[in-house]
Amino acid sequence: MGFPHKHLIDISEYSADEIMQLLKTAESFKEVNERRIKQVPTLKGATIVNMFNEPSTRTRSSFEIAEKRLSANSLNFGGSSTSSVKGESLSDTVETLCSYKIDMIIVRDKHAGVPRKIADLSGVHVIDAGDGKHQHPTQALLDLYSIWEHKGSFEGLNVGVVGDISHSRVCGSLIPALKIMGANVCVIAPPTLIPANVEVLGADSVTSDFDSVLPDLDAVYMLRVQRERMEGAPFPSLREYNMMFGLTQQRDRLMKPDAIICHPGPINRGVELDSFMADHPDRSVILDQVYAGILVRMAALYLLLGGSEDGITA
Amino acid sequence: MSGPLVKTTCMNEEDIDRALTRMAHQILEANHGAQGLALVGIVTRGDILAKRLQDKIEQIEGVRLPLGKLDISFYRDDFMTHFAPEVLGTDIPFDIDGMTVVLVDDVLYTGRTIRAALDALMDIGRPASVQLAVLVDRGHRELPIRADYVGKNVPSASDESVRLFLKDVDGASAVEILDMDPGQRAGAAPLGAKEGVA
Repeated sequence: MGFPHKHLIDISEYSADEIMQLLKTAESFKEVNERRIKQVPTLKGATIVNMFNEPSTRTRSSFEIAEKRLSANSLNFGGSSTSSVKGESLSDTVETLCSYKIDMIIVRDKHAGVPRKIADLSGVHVIDAGDGKHQHPTQALLDLYSIWEHKGSFEGLNVGVVGDISHSRVCGSLIPALKIMGANVCVIAPPTLIPANVEVLGADSVTSDFDSVLPDLDAVYMLRVQRERMEGAPFPSLREYNMMFGLTQQRDRLMKPDAIICHPGPINRGVELDSFMADHPDRSVILDQVYAGILVRMAALYLLLGGSEDGITA
Repeated sequence: MSGPLVKTTCMNEEDIDRALTRMAHQILEANHGAQGLALVGIVTRGDILAKRLQDKIEQIEGVRLPLGKLDISFYRDDFMTHFAPEVLGTDIPFDIDGMTVVLVDDVLYTGRTIRAALDALMDIGRPASVQLAVLVDRGHRELPIRADYVGKNVPSASDESVRLFLKDVDGASAVEILDMDPGQRAGAAPLGAKEGVA
């Protein structure tokens, strides 16, 4: 009956049933978000620290809205105001936070592995809100939710993940999550943006020829070209990237009639996604993904914080 | 592990049906008809009882009342100390502002579920009034809450569990008094609890 996880750090630790439970719980929060009073008292008295050690607007605001709609008390901690700039170690920071008697830490950090370290140090619930190039599990959940909402199931679904695989923590969670749920995953990217060990993510196929696989895809997941993370020149120009790997208006006719377009945002219009496709009324589910972000984060807070491990089921 | 021992069956299918018929009449009588009335059942069995009351009121009065279901998972007062309950979803497809809402539940016990349901309703809208209909009142109230319509008063001990099973979801209908396993809470049985029982 209970939810068997204390943390949401590595999506590979979750089973298909548990992910489905998260998605169904997320769905039931829709009703709360559509009321006049968009708040329930469920997490009254819980204190959640949003520890964002790296810039984030969307993920952070989405978590904050989820916390507020569940009546949790939240504390924003991080950025240039943190004591790490004064030289405090991570473990001292975490111990200080724990002395506030908090219940959960949401962590965003530029170093992979920090959420796990904090979980070990703190003993409180931890959700990974993106760590380095490693994982971003709530992003994967909101992507799964949007795909599930539009496609109904994952079994046998062909999903293409296009773009900067090597710098993407979104992929680090999304590809394993899609595989857990039974989808087929095709990675499409310039050879320079495919990590050497792409097979560990579990993708079924890898190609650099977008047009050859596009007609088979049920969902096309366009990754953002992360210009700020790139060193050297992985491709000659943004214009050439757009021609080879961008979802251009010309590619619309190659797609299945009911194929959908996902993007984690923020979009580089004219680079990985043409405006025509980003705003496509039948295909683009990008704004649904943003809304799903609130739903799945509410579900994760609800299931992780619900009850102590020695609780008795009804 | 053996299931809890059934001590007494205090209502069978016919008893339940007769009680619901009487409650439907009482609801109409107390409200001088069906004007402005709405039924909201608390999941997982109150919603099924509410549907049956809706059918009965339609047979009596010829009016089909608006029907909704309410999941109180987000309003429980034991959320942080017990496992997150499975969320089955609230669905109230009409505006409850200004309506007389009859809340429907299966078993009235401590009153905590009804407290949660009242809070949930007030977040959804502003009904003119709220009334409470329960199939079974087993006593042991911990809050100042009473039902307006009661199918049957069933005296019980607090180490017993009073459970309603319904044919539509459990395979057979009955109200039963069961001995509880130590540490077990007096919640509703999972749906399908009687599946396979003749």
